[in-house]
Amino acid sequence: MKKIIWATWILVTLSIAGYYGYILLKADNKQALLIGETSHGHFQIELACSSCHTEAFGGPELIQEACVGCHGAELAEANDTHPKKKFTDPRNADRLSVVDARYCVSCHTEHRKEITAPMGVTLPEDYCFHCHTDVGDDRESHRDLTFDSCASAGCHNYHDNRALFEDFLVHNHAGPWLKEMARLTNSNGANILASKRIPDPQPAFPEQKMAHPDIHGEWSGSNHADAGVDCGGCHSDARSGEWLEKPGIAQCQTCHIQEAESYKSGKHGMRLAQSLPPIHPADSKLPFKETAMSLQQGCNSCHSAHRTDTLFAASEACLTCHNDEHSLGFEASPHGQLLTRAIAGVIPVEQAVSCATCHMPRTESIIDGEAVVQVNHNQNHNLRPNEKMIRPVCMQCHNLGFSIDALADPALIRNNFNGKPATHIPSIDWSLKRVAD
Amino acid sequence: MKHVKKIAIMTTLLAGSLVITACNEAPPAKAGIPPKLYTDSLFAVMNADRANYTKLIIQRLGPNGAGAIKPDEHWKEIENGALLPAQMFRAGSEAVAEVTDEFTYSLQSLWPINKQNAPKTPLEEEGLQYTVDNPGENFYGEEKLGDVTYFTAVYPDVAVSPACTTCHNDHKDSPKTDFDIGDVMGGVVIRVPL
Repeated sequence: MKKIIWATWILVTLSIAGYYGYILLKADNKQALLIGETSHGHFQIELACSSCHTEAFGGPELIQEACVGCHGAELAEANDTHPKKKFTDPRNADRLSVVDARYCVSCHTEHRKEITAPMGVTLPEDYCFHCHTDVGDDRESHRDLTFDSCASAGCHNYHDNRALFEDFLVHNHAGPWLKEMARLTNSNGANILASKRIPDPQPAFPEQKMAHPDIHGEWSGSNHADAGVDCGGCHSDARSGEWLEKPGIAQCQTCHIQEAESYKSGKHGMRLAQSLPPIHPADSKLPFKETAMSLQQGCNSCHSAHRTDTLFAASEACLTCHNDEHSLGFEASPHGQLLTRAIAGVIPVEQAVSCATCHMPRTESIIDGEAVVQVNHNQNHNLRPNEKMIRPVCMQCHNLGFSIDALADPALIRNNFNGKPATHIPSIDWSLKRVAD
Repeated sequence: MKHVKKIAIMTTLLAGSLVITACNEAPPAKAGIPPKLYTDSLFAVMNADRANYTKLIIQRLGPNGAGAIKPDEHWKEIENGALLPAQMFRAGSEAVAEVTDEFTYSLQSLWPINKQNAPKTPLEEEGLQYTVDNPGENFYGEEKLGDVTYFTAVYPDVAVSPACTTCHNDHKDSPKTDFDIGDVMGGVVIRVPL
């Protein structure tokens, strides 16, 4: 009897070890190794284990390196108010014993969906309180505030406070809620930068060109045709120079470097950055249209293959898939109405507000002495916390006070800003009072 | 006979180990720099860099000089904005912290504009108060933070130009508004793990 028990035990152990060993070393799908449901920010790449677990044995420093590898530049750009360097001084040893703020995972533990709050935070809501207990001593206005209201009321964020710090509030307290001549800057990144990277010479494919007169017709009215990008500019393999039936992001990236790189940093394209297959709406838990569930994400999901219609890409393309209340409310909203009128030619395109205006904002930079306006294709860049939108997006047309109030009103966000904010965040009032006192 | 051999071997090993132990217990040759000399030297460099930044960059190129740069607390927010001398000092401290934990330093005050720069440990408080009460003197001590014992030195930070006093006296977050030139406004705290 004992022998049978031993034999069974060994067999079961070996089977389990063999199963996980096979998954670890051989299987393409490593789903069985996941130790818990992945957060909304990482489920897209959960099967590329090595994107975070860069080595099998490494400890927190290696995980930290992986976090910083993807998020470091963005945090630096945001003037992160709680960078690691603020906590490495030994005088903060007592604070680190409460929360070890040197490591991202102390607050953002992955594979713990059941305790993951908005912003991927896995700490109880009183995380500000432990270090800022005495804030009421200096600021009377803060004396009776609840411990969980610091980062949830439109006043503070842990990392990005570019639109919320006191001096900014004071300097930008004035102005009408809507600028009289609100206009956005047009993107010129593709004209200035991409046009310099067109392959020269481009392989010629006369047979294919002749075989698709309809496609050729579409192409001939496009910006690609104007720039001299022929069929072979996209439909060719860079190595062999042979005809490529379906060009992918690698071909687009030849000329559109910033667009492709930023796309691969966002939720739409982050799988491509990890050499995983593209994501589909069905992979996500957000509400999507039934008809769109199997559409795979790539450059031409929004930018049709042979026409360069950026107005389509900026809104209609989004609404092909997204089916949540905010998205469905767009067309009827004041922003959506502006877009409808711009498409109809009633107002200039610069006055239109599309999905992309807010979620893929245009950023201006000086490159080789030229002012270049590019579209950031990382739709997650300014999404959460939403105060990240205030300076690059909202304040292009609205004043600071209205922007803060609007973004702190969940009902207004849900109906896509169809109305005025129902709440008022007193941060500007308090700041002005402090200065006056 | 076997036993004799065993005893001989054991005795030899014991004697050998005693010699080794004795060698180990011999006072170690004095190596390295004494902590006080180490922190004094670090402070000399920090102080020189800070004075040079203030005189050679801010005073020469700022509003009181060529007007080419604008020193400002929120320097990133304005065109041609430049770090204030205290911020430049802090930036150096943060950059050092990214490459070594063999020493750390910070600029603190009993009257800080940013409350996070108030003394936190009892020794910091004692040291900052000492430098205020004993002008021209430094303060040295040891303290245990977490599981590590540190040699902590506090050097007085004296107001050397009207820019220092005016900015602090006029700042809405400053707890003290009557600083004069020559006053100890705060201190540089240098900490070395022992």
